Amino acid sequence: MIPCCKPCGAPVTNSVIRVKRMVSVRSLFRVTAVRLSIIYTIIFGILAIGVVGYMTAGTVNVLRKQYENSIDEEVMSLAKIYRGSGINSLIRTLDRRARAPGANLYIVADPSGRIIAGNVPQLESGVMNRIGWTGKPFSYSRYGDPAGRGHRAVARVLEIPNGMRVLVGRDIGEHEGFRKVVRRAFLIVLASMILLGLLTWLLVGKRALRRIDQVSRSSSRIMAGDRDERLPVTGAGDEFDRLSENLNTMLDRIAGLDDGLKQMSDNIAHDLKTPITRLRNKADQALGLSSDPDAREDALEEIISDCDQIVKTFDALLMISRVESGASVARFSKIDLVTILRDAHELYSPVSEERGIELNLKLVGIEGAAKVEINGSRELISQAISNLIDNALKYGGGGDAGVIEIGIELGNQVITISVCDTGSGIAAKDREKVLERFARLEESRSQSGNGLGLSLVNAITKLHGGRLELKDNNPGLCVELDFPVAENSLNPAAE
Amino acid sequence: MQILIIEDDIEAASFLIKAFSEAGHNPTHAGDGENGHHLASTGEYDVLVVDRMLPKLDGLSILKKLRDAGDGTPALILSALGEVDDRVEGLRSGGDDYLTKPYAFSELLARVEVLGRRVRGDEQETTIKVGELELDRLSHTVKRAGQNILLQPREYRLLEYLMKNADRVVTRTMLLEKVWDYHFDPQTNVIDVHVSRLRAKIDKDFDDPMLQTVRGAGYKLCDPG
Repeated sequence: MIPCCKPCGAPVTNSVIRVKRMVSVRSLFRVTAVRLSIIYTIIFGILAIGVVGYMTAGTVNVLRKQYENSIDEEVMSLAKIYRGSGINSLIRTLDRRARAPGANLYIVADPSGRIIAGNVPQLESGVMNRIGWTGKPFSYSRYGDPAGRGHRAVARVLEIPNGMRVLVGRDIGEHEGFRKVVRRAFLIVLASMILLGLLTWLLVGKRALRRIDQVSRSSSRIMAGDRDERLPVTGAGDEFDRLSENLNTMLDRIAGLDDGLKQMSDNIAHDLKTPITRLRNKADQALGLSSDPDAREDALEEIISDCDQIVKTFDALLMISRVESGASVARFSKIDLVTILRDAHELYSPVSEERGIELNLKLVGIEGAAKVEINGSRELISQAISNLIDNALKYGGGGDAGVIEIGIELGNQVITISVCDTGSGIAAKDREKVLERFARLEESRSQSGNGLGLSLVNAITKLHGGRLELKDNNPGLCVELDFPVAENSLNPAAE
Repeated sequence: MQILIIEDDIEAASFLIKAFSEAGHNPTHAGDGENGHHLASTGEYDVLVVDRMLPKLDGLSILKKLRDAGDGTPALILSALGEVDDRVEGLRSGGDDYLTKPYAFSELLARVEVLGRRVRGDEQETTIKVGELELDRLSHTVKRAGQNILLQPREYRLLEYLMKNADRVVTRTMLLEKVWDYHFDPQTNVIDVHVSRLRAKIDKDFDDPMLQTVRGAGYKLCDPG
């Protein structure tokens, strides 16, 4: 199914290796780290080109300005010499300056453009014809240069009154050299950047790829049914570890839910099959009662009520697992526990009075019409309290003068809802047991009920972040539900 | 009443048809969603009984389509899904009542009869009268034959609901849902005791009892006269 993820135990042929490498190189491009390094390299490259280009252009301009200034100065001084001492003096000065080593360019030409004196034997045609700045750099050659080796320069040409022309220029080889240096430096930087990017890409990408491969190998093992397998956590504390840890927690949770489901289906099989068998037997018997219509009707009615009981048990089981799955948290809202308790008290008062049991509501730490709010489900909390009162009425009556007290106490850390009776209570050793599903103490077997009431209350309490505790009421049982105090739990009435 | 039953399970449907006919109603059956929607939008019915999961077009979509077309025929949704979410979703898509399978037929019948009656509607009236019993919704007072009856707030709401549905059977579950807004069944017979207290208040000083217990189903408030 997943050939390249199998551990390489078996000998592998060359072509397989090549295919594998190709696959992994191709998949390298799909790794985020690789994609990011490529993008970064490109962005840095563009930025670097921009910066270097701007800097070179700026420097070149400054250099050119300097050339132009020095040429201008020279032209001015030559003009002064010409005005003071005439053409011969000018030519002499030019000749002298032209001989100095590393000198500028000097040319004196007749009106037709023929070179008379200077240090340039040949230059681009047409340069002498334009008076003023030459504009673009032009090429020329020097005495003693090997053929073909050209130089470039910028210059200014001026015309003296007798029609002769004088050119003063400056070689720009220096600044071309500078440009070359910059270009080379830039190319080196660019190349090393690409190389570095590639290297990062190979290292980071390959590492990422390896970690991801580990994760996918583990998850395919889990998918294949190995429920105990978990994703690798290297301990580096990086995002891969965090991801693995989160996924592992999720897997634990799924496994827990799965176990719950399994346990529930076992329970359903076990605890619903019994009453269904009983039901079937009753139906069998009813079939034989054809001669006695009254007895038959009784039997049928019994069957219907058994059916209802089975449905109730089934509903309760479904409800518990729905609550335990935590799905209902999504529709939690702000609910007032005091109102819920008052409503429950109001609902049960008549029935307990009729049974000669006192039902008291006790509010501790709550004044007047204040509210005690938590985030939760009114429906579920109401059902939990109703279940507890049902239980208290059923088992906790304790004869004629029974008292059931439902209370709510607002403490600093917890809000405690309690339902206490004065019945026979539950022995300390049995208290853990009664919270289990279908747990029914021997003494109560005679009473109707499915043994799911307290498990449901427990599940609802846990769903609301609370804790259920069974306590001795001396005599009787106290069931306490502790909920964490949320911010603004106590809400004085609006009036 | 003309009742349209949209239910794909043949056995359940034939049971419902038989039982509704025996109760004096006139049921029609549609076996799938499309057919049901067609019948509902072309025929005249007092109540629709719609199964939630149906072939071709599911129950909630039928109701949505009908409501979008301006058809307000009261509808009861039958469903195996009984969680609060499912119920809320069902009522939001245009259902007027929601009953979880399996149900007792007496429960379904009571709910359907109450729904069918609702269209006659006395929701806006300020006083409700049933025989010599009179309930004033503005002053929250109740009188029987001109004699004031003092009721607790919950008793008042219980009586109001019973009076609105006078001459119809209302079940314990319906009372829990509509008067107490609880959608679960307490294990104890809490409702019976509340009703018998109310009965003591409205029937005690009079010869003819108005609040009757209907065996195996629920309660009924009727005019003895």
